[in-house]
Amino acid sequence: MTKTYYSPSHEYVSVDGGIATIGITTYAQSQLGDIVFVELPETGRGFKRGDEAAVVESVKAASEVYTPVTGETTEMNEELVANPGLANDDPENSGWFFKQTIINEDELTKLMDRAQYDAFVKENR
Amino acid sequence: MRYLPHTEHTRRAMLDTIGVASIEELFEQAGAPLALPPTSLPPHKSEMEVEQHLSKLSGMNRAAGDGAFFVGCGAYRHHVPASVDHLIQRSEFLTSYTPYQPEISQGTLQYLFEFQTQVANLLGSEIANASLYDGSTGCGEAVLMAHRITRRKKALLSGNLHPHYAGVVKTLSHMSSFLVEQSEVIAGQSATTDLIAKIDDETSCVVVQTPDVFGSLYDLREIAEAAQAKGALLIAVVTEVVSLGAIKAPGDMGADIVIAEGQSIGNGLNFGGPYLGLFACRQKYVRQMPGRVCGETVDADGKRGFVLTLSTREQHIRREKATSNICTNSGLCCLAFSIHMTLLGELGLKKLAKLNHSKAVQLSKALSSIEGVEVLNQSFFNEFTIRLNKPAEPIVESLARKNILAGVPASRLWPDRAELDNLLMLAATETVSDTHIDDLCAGLKEALDA
Amino acid sequence: MLNNKGRVTRPQESADDLVEAQDSYSGHKGLLMNEPLLFEVGGLDKTGVDLPECAEAETMLGGLERVDEIGLPGLSEPEAVRHYVRLSQQNYAIDSGFYPLGSCTMKHNPRLNEKMARLPGFTDIHPLQPQSSVQGALQLMDELSHWLLELTGMDSIALSPKAGAHGELCGMMAIKAALEAANSSRDIVLVPESAHGTNPATAAQLGFKVASIPADADGTVRASAVQTAIEENGAESIAGIMLTNPNTCGLFEREIKAIADAVHEAGGYFYCDGANFNAIMGRIRPGDLGVDAMHFNLHKTFSTPHGGGGPGSGPVVLSERLSAFAPIPFLQKSDHGLTLVENLNDAEEDSQAQPFGRLTAFHGQMGMYVRALSYILSHGLDGLAQASGDAVLNANYIRARLKDLLNQPFGDQACMHEVLFDESSLADSGVTTLDIAKRLIDEGFHPMTIYFPLVCKGAMLIEPTESESQASIDLFVETLASLIKEAIAGENEEAFHQAPVHTPRRRLDETAAARKPILRYESSTN
Repeated sequence: MTKTYYSPSHEYVSVDGGIATIGITTYAQSQLGDIVFVELPETGRGFKRGDEAAVVESVKAASEVYTPVTGETTEMNEELVANPGLANDDPENSGWFFKQTIINEDELTKLMDRAQYDAFVKENR
Repeated sequence: MRYLPHTEHTRRAMLDTIGVASIEELFEQAGAPLALPPTSLPPHKSEMEVEQHLSKLSGMNRAAGDGAFFVGCGAYRHHVPASVDHLIQRSEFLTSYTPYQPEISQGTLQYLFEFQTQVANLLGSEIANASLYDGSTGCGEAVLMAHRITRRKKALLSGNLHPHYAGVVKTLSHMSSFLVEQSEVIAGQSATTDLIAKIDDETSCVVVQTPDVFGSLYDLREIAEAAQAKGALLIAVVTEVVSLGAIKAPGDMGADIVIAEGQSIGNGLNFGGPYLGLFACRQKYVRQMPGRVCGETVDADGKRGFVLTLSTREQHIRREKATSNICTNSGLCCLAFSIHMTLLGELGLKKLAKLNHSKAVQLSKALSSIEGVEVLNQSFFNEFTIRLNKPAEPIVESLARKNILAGVPASRLWPDRAELDNLLMLAATETVSDTHIDDLCAGLKEALDA
Repeated sequence: MLNNKGRVTRPQESADDLVEAQDSYSGHKGLLMNEPLLFEVGGLDKTGVDLPECAEAETMLGGLERVDEIGLPGLSEPEAVRHYVRLSQQNYAIDSGFYPLGSCTMKHNPRLNEKMARLPGFTDIHPLQPQSSVQGALQLMDELSHWLLELTGMDSIALSPKAGAHGELCGMMAIKAALEAANSSRDIVLVPESAHGTNPATAAQLGFKVASIPADADGTVRASAVQTAIEENGAESIAGIMLTNPNTCGLFEREIKAIADAVHEAGGYFYCDGANFNAIMGRIRPGDLGVDAMHFNLHKTFSTPHGGGGPGSGPVVLSERLSAFAPIPFLQKSDHGLTLVENLNDAEEDSQAQPFGRLTAFHGQMGMYVRALSYILSHGLDGLAQASGDAVLNANYIRARLKDLLNQPFGDQACMHEVLFDESSLADSGVTTLDIAKRLIDEGFHPMTIYFPLVCKGAMLIEPTESESQASIDLFVETLASLIKEAIAGENEEAFHQAPVHTPRRRLDETAAARKPILRYESSTN
């Protein structure tokens, strides 16, 4: 059963069977504009919660993507590398960035659920 | 004042609109009150007075065209067709700026796209940028790029790299905590053995100039293989691009990054600047490449057009994480290069190169016959090195007093290497005449006999 | 991750295409020519240059002859001239009209400069010919140096940097060299949020850590904020501060002396980004404000041509604390005349010089020195002060005429040579700063700088320079005012999104250009 959590820096973490799928939210891609390039971590990279894990570039801006959980990367989305527009068209599904293990499940409790995230976005607009 | 459109009347009207009594009051309101102490700086001059003053200064300099001239070592005197200078002075080229609004800059953007293609083809590489300041700063940028790509910190420079270029790399490296090693300085030969021996697993790049500062030519394939075997990049440096009309391009010989000084095409000597840094590399390194780059796209009507692209490498967006801090390219110098290259075409460039080489061969034969002169090079394009039987610098000075500019004494570039003091580097381009060669030989003979 | 700098970077779909498509047979439309690429009109067998025959057949090329096709098409002279003339006609330029790019100082480029730069005694001399044969060139460099030092009240000058950003690198390297000479490990550089991206990029390249300083509500930096940053980071770790004055919002940093004092007290250095020197030249000297190093942009303040993006020239003036570290080459006066010291061996016996190294081959942008000195001599001190005065007058006039329609993010206050507005008055209109800029293009103006500085939303930074007449500025102000009113009234929103429509190309797809970069011509047969 997949459960999705959201960070205040607009990443999402979808957890299924101990593997986290991480990407940017629909709101995030709307702020960035057309995405033209992504830099994703290779497999086997270890990250602590809050580390810079990826970079997403639009024509006029470059943003860091921070991993919301500590763990090791297991896969990156090759489709996204070939077609960065996926992060605009379908960010929370086929536009995922990378997958990683989760060392400490407690970290998930520090994140928001959908309702909380939507409220957060509305407040900070 | 001829450059200022305002009259007292318009200034008054505008001050009234703003609601202040004077311009000084504006400065005070802005927190910037007038604060200039007394100074001896003079008041404005008419155009005529400025011309007289600067013409006098210009007249004190011995122009290359005023007699025998054989000075090279990184800047070369070539003939530039009259249309080049005429075209770059068109208002829309001279007084436009960086093409931030592409819809009204397609002139600039299209010539940059053409320029990038010309440069990539000339250097034998896959892609090129829209230019850097000059060859030496381009060389420094290439080394930094190699460090980023390989994640290593040590650059290995050929000893026969132009000392000014090596100086730039050393300064940049020291300031950014990178390391630099250099191989032996060997005049007159392709110095590769010592260089290859020094490549190890910590080398990020090997920098080789061809033709080198002494004029020798290199087959880069051996060095390319040796570098790449250890995971290092080969950076090739060309200071005389006309040579590429006659000899194999570095990109075709395996160089990963090719830097060149483009001054020879379209741009005059200008006492060292403005010059033109050509930068080309493999396609796969495009996002690590510094400087501006122009790309093809389409507009709202589906028409082909051009825009600056890949800006996210640059400092105005990435700030601390930029690939370099460079904002400017060499704009008008690129255009001059591109126009001259278009006028030459491949046909003309090959012929120009052949002519240059022929002059140099003619010069080397004439010099070889002088007692006390030894031509060192086994190969060369339009520049080579001779060894005299006495120090070269005083000879060059005495020949200068006779209106002969005989080349660059090695001691000018290596003041601390006494073993090079007798060496003199001479360049012969298409602008050299038989009379110049005769004058030089006669003068040199006299100076050596003295 | 939150970066809201994204904006529309490709043309948007629309129900009505407002442009009447009326194609011609030739591809040209009246004086607007459609010129193909060189690679589509040139030939590998064509040339526009005649060359004499070779005398010598023997070669010494070491077996490295180039035998392949290079891929450099040629054209005869008439065809080449036509190609480039047609390209030029697609460019906007200062000579064509108002070009109010903020912090770029798009002033008139005097033609006398071009004539002087082309004197053979300047253009046909080699940097490595004997220095005795180029004393006129060295004198010119000395004269320019004298002017720049007098105008700034500084101690010495490094002429060699090739552009503003290069000059910035030079100034920061001098600071780093001074710190090294003192065995100091200071590694923090303070940079305001409003700074141009080159500032932190340069600092980071040299191994410094960047600490950001926020601006106050009035858009300038408080000395107290600097003091706080010094204390938070520890005074002993402060290498220095990088400030632009006037800043990138067009405002004079009122507390600049106190800021300089605070940084000096802590043991750091003050680097001043001199891009905006046009506002204060002939009136205020950065040296009197405590600056240790400042670069010039000769292609901004001193009218050397912008040339479509370059070449530039970025000399750096240094205070006494930093003079010893100026890079080679530097000018030296002695009984024999002027010498360019290229190696320390050539320096006078008593020289204190400890140059941090070399920044470029040869000596710097001589071609730009001639042009800058020609400009400076033409203006004289009185002319330069009048120029900075008129520049500030013009910017404040624009401010006065637009302040009721556009919002100044830091309140209505006297600005220097440029005025900053944001897009807040366009809120809810559906029209953005970008759209306004594109309509301005259709109105025959180059737009102001947009979306910089980053400290406000939809920035519009307008720098008129002293070269504009009142009539020219009136037309711009009235046009911009009309556009703003049209946008706010909610009329015609579609026209804003479609603009420009009168240009050789309409809005271009920058997204596609970045996703699949095509950086060179490839023939379809490749």
